[in-house]
Amino acid sequence: MRHIISALVENKPGALARIVGLFSARGFNIESLAVGETENSEVSRLTIIVGGDEAILEQVRKQLGKVIDVLKVQDISDDSFVERDLMLLKVSAKAGKRPEIIEIANVFRAKVVDLGEKTIMFELTGPEEKINAFINLMRPYGIKELARTGRIAVLRS
Amino acid sequence: MKGSKLIIEALRKEKVKVVFGYPGGSLIPLFHDLQDAKDIKFILPRHEQGGGHMADGYARVSGEVGVAIATSGPGATNLITAIATAHMDSIPMVCITGQVKTTLIGNDALQEADITGITRPITKHNFLVSDPEDLPEIMVSAFHIARSGRPGPVVIDLPVDITIADIKTKLPAKPTLPGYHPRYDPNPKQVERAAEMINKAKQPVMYVGGGVISSECSDLIKKMSEKGNIPVTTTLMGLGAFPETHKNSLLMLGMHGTAYANLAVTNTDCLIAIGARFDDRITGKISEFAPNAKVIHFDIDPTSVSKNIRVDIPVVGDATKSLKKLIPLLKKSARKEWFSQIDEWKEKYPLAYKGSGLRPQYVIEELYKLTKNKKTIICTEVGQHQMWAAQFYTFTKPRKWVSSGGLGTMGFGLPAAIGAQEAKPDHLVINIAGDGSIQMNIQELTTALANKLPVKTVILNNGYLGMVRQWQELFFDKRYAQTPLKETNPDFVKVAEAFGCTGIRVTKKEDVVAGLKKMIATEGPVFLDVQVEPEENVFPMVPAGEAIDRMMGMT
Repeated sequence: MRHIISALVENKPGALARIVGLFSARGFNIESLAVGETENSEVSRLTIIVGGDEAILEQVRKQLGKVIDVLKVQDISDDSFVERDLMLLKVSAKAGKRPEIIEIANVFRAKVVDLGEKTIMFELTGPEEKINAFINLMRPYGIKELARTGRIAVLRS
Repeated sequence: MKGSKLIIEALRKEKVKVVFGYPGGSLIPLFHDLQDAKDIKFILPRHEQGGGHMADGYARVSGEVGVAIATSGPGATNLITAIATAHMDSIPMVCITGQVKTTLIGNDALQEADITGITRPITKHNFLVSDPEDLPEIMVSAFHIARSGRPGPVVIDLPVDITIADIKTKLPAKPTLPGYHPRYDPNPKQVERAAEMINKAKQPVMYVGGGVISSECSDLIKKMSEKGNIPVTTTLMGLGAFPETHKNSLLMLGMHGTAYANLAVTNTDCLIAIGARFDDRITGKISEFAPNAKVIHFDIDPTSVSKNIRVDIPVVGDATKSLKKLIPLLKKSARKEWFSQIDEWKEKYPLAYKGSGLRPQYVIEELYKLTKNKKTIICTEVGQHQMWAAQFYTFTKPRKWVSSGGLGTMGFGLPAAIGAQEAKPDHLVINIAGDGSIQMNIQELTTALANKLPVKTVILNNGYLGMVRQWQELFFDKRYAQTPLKETNPDFVKVAEAFGCTGIRVTKKEDVVAGLKKMIATEGPVFLDVQVEPEENVFPMVPAGEAIDRMMGMT
């Protein structure tokens, strides 16, 4: 089962390496990892998607908690939360195909951020299913490049 | 204040009496000022690994933080094995490594190595001092982290320019570590549940590890065993946490534990783990480990709980605090059937050895007889001799046994003994070694002599890397690949003499006692080269991956 772990980490040199090293040393499987500063510039939020059974997840939580730079660890999978993933996708778009590509993009509320002679670049945010669905629909046109931030998540109040 | 002087002030604040260190280019300013700190003794090993193990041995017998210093690059990488050894056994250490100038870091400068990167997985925490004003906080944090919670080694990587910088910030009274809050006080409800389960148990066993030594609560283990009438087995790290002369003692458990300890654990209905971590050498085949037992686990480290074995009642906290709350809740129970069963096993499967000639087990037994009424610390290297020492020496007090448990580091014993002797000058410190292990840090004999630390080494010389040879005999068709050493071993008596120490050789059983007596009576460091039966095995033995009640060589 996949879990969403949200951790607050002190912005110290080596803190991220410590966490990534912990996952590889203990054989935990990271599906996605996103890091960024929080409202406090000395603290970062890590959102980690990790797979495994309950026993593994318990170890993941505890091992993260043991890292001295980690301030707080939460498994938010069972709670109500908002999650987002940001994607930039460049797709091949010859003149004749453009209208239908943009039509699909409109349904997803993807934003055109760059328009070239042969390609269009879209920016899309949303939960993972939405992003994946958009990728699948763009695939037949020829995806040139794609970058994703990985998922970030925050609990609802 | 100058960086190097601030470091010395921090060492004083942490009550450091001795440092084990080796100089080098990046450390010249620090050593320049350490020379004036007459209240901090300086011991120079002959290899940084030796210095690391000395700091470790010092910490194990004194309970204080051991301090090792090594220069950047090769000096620091030479410390790695010592750091990993301390990490696996939860030993409090602070290691200061020199580093190239902050402006050169990352440039592949002379004697540069990424030590915080290399040591990240083998330290409790590490620091690279990149701003001189961070140094005071880092010094105080390092000692606090090393000694609190589950202890462990902390590395401070110290660029040379930091040691000569003028630092305005003062040493703080306490560190600021917002993400570090080790839990000492147990949840009282969990303690109550544990007591209830123990009181209901018909066949409980206490399984005691090194955490009890760190927490200094061996007296409470005895109290608990006596009040609840519960048999006690200890791990290799827990030797001395419960007197092996006590009627409730089952001695050591696990791969080379006693058959009766392993049978008791296999048949128990309530396994009470205290400061132990269910290591693979303890559990054997996990699915058949203590199959009928409810498991209670007292540990200060929550990650140890339910890591290898599912635990029914975890009690996270300091063992001393937990046991103080638990013991008043325990009820006395005769457990007659359980103890008569255990006595039957003890009678049927005693620890024993057979055969004529000079058996290594005999040497350990005689050593015990000669030293049991003295203040004695036993250190070991790693291998067969280590297991025989664990089995046949009788441990009755904590911090009298110094051995590399988790990492299994050959070459640990001699330097650790030197550190132990520095911590306890009034004790007889004996390193039990094999002919393979002793050659790994043999250069430290110079350190022992130079610092008047009269450690004695008993080499159980069988001319083999014996533990590997034993596995080759039992599981690899007796193909002794790269394990025979006899033809190429040095003359250990002459080696000792060349170092300016004493060497004694014993080749016959009837000379063992005289040899041991002479070793003990000799001033200064001694090598006692005892040429034992070459192909003796350590029994009983749980084959790797087998259930622990199925042992080879149960006599």
